[in-house]
Amino acid sequence: MQALYAQLLVGLINGSFYALLSLGLAVIFGMLNIINFAHGALYMMGAFVAYFLLNLGGISYWWALLFAPIIVGIFGMILERTMLKFLTGLDHLYGLLLTFGIALIVQGVFQNFFGSSGLPYAIPDQLKGGMNLGFMFLPIYRGWVVIFSLVVCLATWFLIEKTRLGAYLRAATENPTLVRAFGINVPRMITLTYGLGVGLAALAGVLSAPINQVRPLMGADLIIVVFAVVVIGGMGSIMGSIITGFALGVIEGLTKYFYPEASNTVVFVLMVLVLLVKPTGLTGRAA
Amino acid sequence: MKKSIASLLLGTALAVTTAGAAFAQDKTVKIGALSDQSGLYADLGGPGSTLAAQMAVEDSGLAAKGWKIDIISGDHQNKPDIGTAIARQWFDVDKVDIIVDVPNSGVALAVNNVVKEKNGVYINSGAATSDLTNAQCSPNTVHWTYDTYMLAHTTGQALVKAGGDTWFFLTADYAFGAALERDTTAVITANGGKVVGGVKHPLNTPDFSSFLLQAQASKAKIIGLANAGGDTTNTIKQAAEFGIVKGGQKLAALLLFLTDVKAIGLETAQGLNFTETFYWDMNDQTRAFSKRFSEKMKNGAMPTMVQAGVYAGVRHYLKALDALGGNPHDGVKVVDKMKSMPTEDELFGKGEIQPNGRTIHNAYLFEVKKPSESKGPWDFYKLVGTVSGDQAFTPLSESKCALLKK
Repeated sequence: MQALYAQLLVGLINGSFYALLSLGLAVIFGMLNIINFAHGALYMMGAFVAYFLLNLGGISYWWALLFAPIIVGIFGMILERTMLKFLTGLDHLYGLLLTFGIALIVQGVFQNFFGSSGLPYAIPDQLKGGMNLGFMFLPIYRGWVVIFSLVVCLATWFLIEKTRLGAYLRAATENPTLVRAFGINVPRMITLTYGLGVGLAALAGVLSAPINQVRPLMGADLIIVVFAVVVIGGMGSIMGSIITGFALGVIEGLTKYFYPEASNTVVFVLMVLVLLVKPTGLTGRAA
Repeated sequence: MKKSIASLLLGTALAVTTAGAAFAQDKTVKIGALSDQSGLYADLGGPGSTLAAQMAVEDSGLAAKGWKIDIISGDHQNKPDIGTAIARQWFDVDKVDIIVDVPNSGVALAVNNVVKEKNGVYINSGAATSDLTNAQCSPNTVHWTYDTYMLAHTTGQALVKAGGDTWFFLTADYAFGAALERDTTAVITANGGKVVGGVKHPLNTPDFSSFLLQAQASKAKIIGLANAGGDTTNTIKQAAEFGIVKGGQKLAALLLFLTDVKAIGLETAQGLNFTETFYWDMNDQTRAFSKRFSEKMKNGAMPTMVQAGVYAGVRHYLKALDALGGNPHDGVKVVDKMKSMPTEDELFGKGEIQPNGRTIHNAYLFEVKKPSESKGPWDFYKLVGTVSGDQAFTPLSESKCALLKK
């Protein structure tokens, strides 16, 4: 039984990465109607920016949590302004192909310079060590990841669903022409939203840097699972993707305990089941 | 336009090979470096292995003797079906004579069958499974550098003898992990130890915390890592996070490469014991080779033992061809010639190729240095012991290779 508690907690930790990443995807899809396949590459860039900040600029993890999302977010906004913008109104497939291509290029460039094994990034001193919870030894850093990402997820949800700015955003997706008529700069809002979604990916990248290797393919390995999470939760649903992210982390953790061989397929089996029963995802509305 | 150039080239290539075949003294060779070019094993083999093969060709001096040697490379993406498809295309269309490297035991065993069927030459350096020269041995195959039997009988044995008598395995769920766990378990039981449990994890797993918790709960003295590359680095890093070593359990990195240590960082990796057959900083010759190698690598990396094995293997292959006086395009004939000549090169020293295809050379027990002991960006290892080749690798009396029953 004790082992089970431990696995639940570990699942929750992985779930927080799924939640943060799928949240960014959901925001981008919900507001821009773009299936952002570059998300994994941008997550990887977040981790690399943290690495460079530390090793070239001596800038600590804490500042990286702030700066990396901003830097990568700006990169994302440039992508939106120079390329994605032109795909408005076209079929989803175009956005998917474009962002997939961007992901391959970015990963290829990083791989060319840094190889595939990755670079080490140490856990910040303040979060080193761990505590004994009785049923398991919890590294303090992992506890921090869960709490921090929960706060970020809820703040994002609040921003989009409960504030005036969020209301503008949602209105702009429903009817951009009408919202423009009210004097709101819709293209700028779209760009900022993309920047926000990308920033969330970069933030997840910084959070994961001390746990995983900072590797060019760290995002590519994760992104497929995250897409499954988004599909299960319902494309574009903010709360749906947060809850599904955490829930799937837990389910995957339990699989690792009961039948480890299936741990990297269980998410997809669930996706198939959900799509068969409810094609719009658990919380999605019909398109 | 592109197509016409390609067909022109192909036509010329065909003309050259057919024209060449008419003469006994055919001096053309085509080498295919098949590896994981972009995944978790790309740094230990990958582009570095292709470079090593190129350097071997340059250093062989055969070009001056009128030989024309080409190298092509391919990415098997750690998938046996892709690996065999490339191998077939190379033999059938590109007229490749020899395939080198091929990390990932699953792919390596699959390619082994293709090479045998096509009567090519196969010098494997990247894969670990000892089956390549044991149950599944082939007259076309030479296995350089290392194998699971060697890893088990060096690192594994040393740990059991030092008192690590209970083991829990974290095993990569494919041919390599299974072979390494099998060979290590045999050593553990033979030395009076016991395996108390294990987990099979999928290849390329980013998070090991669930598995590490199970290993922790098992209370085994040694946690054996029967995995490689990115999987091993993630395991070691996360084990430190979960306080596994501080809690009194010891990690046995059964297979660790130079690039893995670089990726983990000395702070976390220090004190790990493991076995390799090549390290760049062994003597003047290895240092000279490694310096040349590193200057040609995009990220300045030093060669791993796999890449060194590709170099040594190709050198020996070319020596055999030179001795034959021409390329017979007959895999078994060339491999027999290779087996009849003692091996000697700057990287592995003197050795031999046994009748089952296993190359025998020294193996070295290393320990990862403390950060304070390291003097440079790649100064990672301390030599703690040397095991002679006949002690490290499968004795012929134990080998189940069919080639031995003549």
